[in-house]
Amino acid sequence: MALFVPNRNPGKLIVVEGIDGSGKSTQLSLLSQWLRSQGVAVAFSEWNSSPLVRDTTRRGKKKQLFTPTTFSLIHATDFADRTERYILPMLKAGAVVCADRYAFTAFARDVSRGVSRKWVRNLYRFAIRPNLAFYFRVPLEVALGRILGGRTAIKYYEAGMDLGLSRHIEESFRIFQGRILEEYEAMAEEMGFFIIDATRSIEEQQKEMRAIVEAQLGESLRSEVLRVQWVNAGDSPYAA
Amino acid sequence: MTPRTPLSFYGDPLPGVDAAELQGKLIVIEGPDCVGRTTQINRLRAWLENQGHAVLHTGMARSALAGKGIQQAKEGNTFGPLTMTLFYATDFADRLENEIIPALRAGFVVLTDRYIFSLMARAIARGADRAWIEQVASFALVPHVVYYLRAEVKDLVTRVVVGRGAFDYWESGMDLRFGADMHESFVRYQSRIIRALDRMAVRHGFVIIDASRHPDEIFRDLQRRISRLFAPPRGRGAARKAAPNG
Repeated sequence: MALFVPNRNPGKLIVVEGIDGSGKSTQLSLLSQWLRSQGVAVAFSEWNSSPLVRDTTRRGKKKQLFTPTTFSLIHATDFADRTERYILPMLKAGAVVCADRYAFTAFARDVSRGVSRKWVRNLYRFAIRPNLAFYFRVPLEVALGRILGGRTAIKYYEAGMDLGLSRHIEESFRIFQGRILEEYEAMAEEMGFFIIDATRSIEEQQKEMRAIVEAQLGESLRSEVLRVQWVNAGDSPYAA
Repeated sequence: MTPRTPLSFYGDPLPGVDAAELQGKLIVIEGPDCVGRTTQINRLRAWLENQGHAVLHTGMARSALAGKGIQQAKEGNTFGPLTMTLFYATDFADRLENEIIPALRAGFVVLTDRYIFSLMARAIARGADRAWIEQVASFALVPHVVYYLRAEVKDLVTRVVVGRGAFDYWESGMDLRFGADMHESFVRYQSRIIRALDRMAVRHGFVIIDASRHPDEIFRDLQRRISRLFAPPRGRGAARKAAPNG
């Protein structure tokens, strides 16, 4: 059975993937600004941001109720809500949807938690196939340096503390991120990722991303997608 | 479905669960809305406890994790079909891992008001791909027995009219937008559910219980069948194997 549903809509779907600290969110934000400046109608969707599921996820995290299976399912529920109520209608309207993380995040994280690979891939079969998926490849130590140096606290599930890998949260984070990185690397070719070397400068990475978007989608950006003269951008409940 | 001891999973086992440790009995009561499942389960529970069995009674949307969230989502106007299916799957997984499996490990009789079959039937009634939802639900344990309380839609309508006194938005499948007529929508939606459950009945070997009868009669029927699940093995060989499951 085929993974994902082909995107037969005028809008295009661009996603970024990579481990925490790979710099993907920064790059996506720069890319969407550039697209907007070209007159393209852009919609933005973040992982784990559905208003419908938010309270449940919060409750589960706060009380540490999750198992690998329920963690996987609640994120799929979140993703389903965003797909049904945001991503799909936006694509139908002709927007370029920029997604910070997509189903691949679940493939990498859930399998790293011990969930069956086959099962989690089936779970996301309803997802729209991205037109472009960027993978920000970065060595573990570089990403860890960015995260551990910058933010104050790593969260329980982010560190994979539920797996009992280590009693020390930093050590657990290190091991868990390492596993996720392996999963990304293992699927990179199969999923047709455009691989960005995320050790280079922000400017160089952005230049390469824009060149890829231009080469892959340039024609449809000019003729197929929804374009705007000017509109006051509102705050979507889905854009978190 | 043949009775299985020990229990097994439909698909890949849940991480960290050894099905061989599960000593209890997993009994599923399935059927469409308003068919009388709750009445029967309450009576069965009391009866089983009188017999000295410890009983866990669980049902849809009662999980600590997702129960409230589903309730909230149902109150709003924003529950899409895929989202609903996966939210219920989350709820089921939470109850399976945190209630059902621990109870089975401790030797309880688990009486569950619906199982993955209603979840799958609702998804299918809303246009989900059959193979997709079956695979999603494949983390479930194969129950020892599934009693399918079966009735025709007209029997269900009678119960809504006389028993509840009103048609419920979700039980009528109003989210499917068949039209504004709740009765007609109820009939169409519940017919789809029954059709889906009937298909599963064959495939998964449900024990079909005629639910158009008087509740006392249904109860005696279920009692008789469940007693047999606890009967000591009648010697070795053919006699046991040939016994109907439940």
